[in-house]
Amino acid sequence: MIKESSLNPENAAFRETVPAGEYFLKVVKAGETLRILDLEGNQAADTLFYNASDPTERYSAADTIRTQGNVYLTAGSKLMSSENNVMLEITADTCGRHDTLGGACSAESNTTRYTLEKKCMHSCRDSWLAAVTEHDDLGLSKRDLTHNINFFMNVPVTAEGGLTFADGISDAGKYVELEAKMDVLVMISNCPQLNNPCNAYNPTPIEVLVWS
Amino acid sequence: MLETAAPLYDDLIPGGSHWSFVMRKGHVLRLIDETGHANVGMLMYNPENPLERYNMPDTLKNQHTFKLTKGHVLLSDMGRVFASIIHDDLGWHDTVSGTCDASLVEQRWGRKTYQQAHNHYHRNGLTSFLNELAKYGLGKKDLTANLNWFSRVKTDDNGNMSYVSDHSHAGATVDLRFEMDTIVVLHTCPHPLDTVPDYPSHPLRYQLFKAAPVTDADLCKTSSPEATRAFANTALYHLMQ
Repeated sequence: MIKESSLNPENAAFRETVPAGEYFLKVVKAGETLRILDLEGNQAADTLFYNASDPTERYSAADTIRTQGNVYLTAGSKLMSSENNVMLEITADTCGRHDTLGGACSAESNTTRYTLEKKCMHSCRDSWLAAVTEHDDLGLSKRDLTHNINFFMNVPVTAEGGLTFADGISDAGKYVELEAKMDVLVMISNCPQLNNPCNAYNPTPIEVLVWS
Repeated sequence: MLETAAPLYDDLIPGGSHWSFVMRKGHVLRLIDETGHANVGMLMYNPENPLERYNMPDTLKNQHTFKLTKGHVLLSDMGRVFASIIHDDLGWHDTVSGTCDASLVEQRWGRKTYQQAHNHYHRNGLTSFLNELAKYGLGKKDLTANLNWFSRVKTDDNGNMSYVSDHSHAGATVDLRFEMDTIVVLHTCPHPLDTVPDYPSHPLRYQLFKAAPVTDADLCKTSSPEATRAFANTALYHLMQ
């Protein structure tokens, strides 16, 4: 569902551009609004959320889609935790649909999806592993890297039980906005995937904005 | 597909229960819906390094599928095959709906404690998984999206999900051939989208067999280029054995 935001980027308390292939880590407090902006179009922002005060509670793709009874995320979607609490709610969305079934790319999934020789290419999981190893204080490790949201990715499920990676429905300037319902740690890998036509083999930067 | 006609082992897990064991490479786990309407939640880990675990997104996206059935492989997050589905009577098993927790079970079917009902108390999938995981030193952080054998959740064109209540039947069978040693954690608690009026409690019969050797023409190994590459990764893992 397309729903525009009334928030003005000029009033944002925080703005940061995240280049493709980099990670982003930030705590967003309950009541604050987070926007992820697709600067150049058809980028994938692979995103995980953790309860900032107890990261063993984390975003759960299965609990989120089951609770809302729909496999796609858009305005109105409540993002559920592994303890079945609402972590965030999508309050605006100019893209219309986001995926949470396709997971992230890893060195190992690159070998199966593309060729065995792709194993040393940069991947979202490597970005997240860098994030958790460079921030010991968070107490996170590979065990915490659960199934993520792919903001701006279009992964249609068919009535016959098929799953396809369709061309992106995002575009330059499209965004998704989320209101935090608890203090959440946001961990994004701005996807470095060079083998997938859905981003035209061209990973591009995103911008992250937060309003207090 | 099976080297031995008679099972090496045969066991029944009551409805609303949990259990776990290690499957060895080259063996088949047969799951049988003993009475119909079963749901079997399952998670998988590598006993050599349990950080390697079943990965729902990699399993689905590599095979361009939302459902699981004969010919599909169940992938770990390390690009390898835990198990191949070499037989399936139903054509559709769910792996996106997660599992029921205590509050969902209480909300839908009421609370029934051990003191009230002894071993017929209402167990839930989440607590059941955690109970079994703890036996291997694993816990909350190791939970991932699970399999729900014998259950079907379909979607319409807009992505709306619906649970198919009459999907399985008594005697329905799935055969999983293990390509790696695997910790198998399972429960027979209700599917989280099941809305039958009484707590659904249906047993699982499971049997173990020795598998026939996997040939280059094997259905699962050749089902997609992605599966073939996952088999290659798995062969590399066993190269120095």
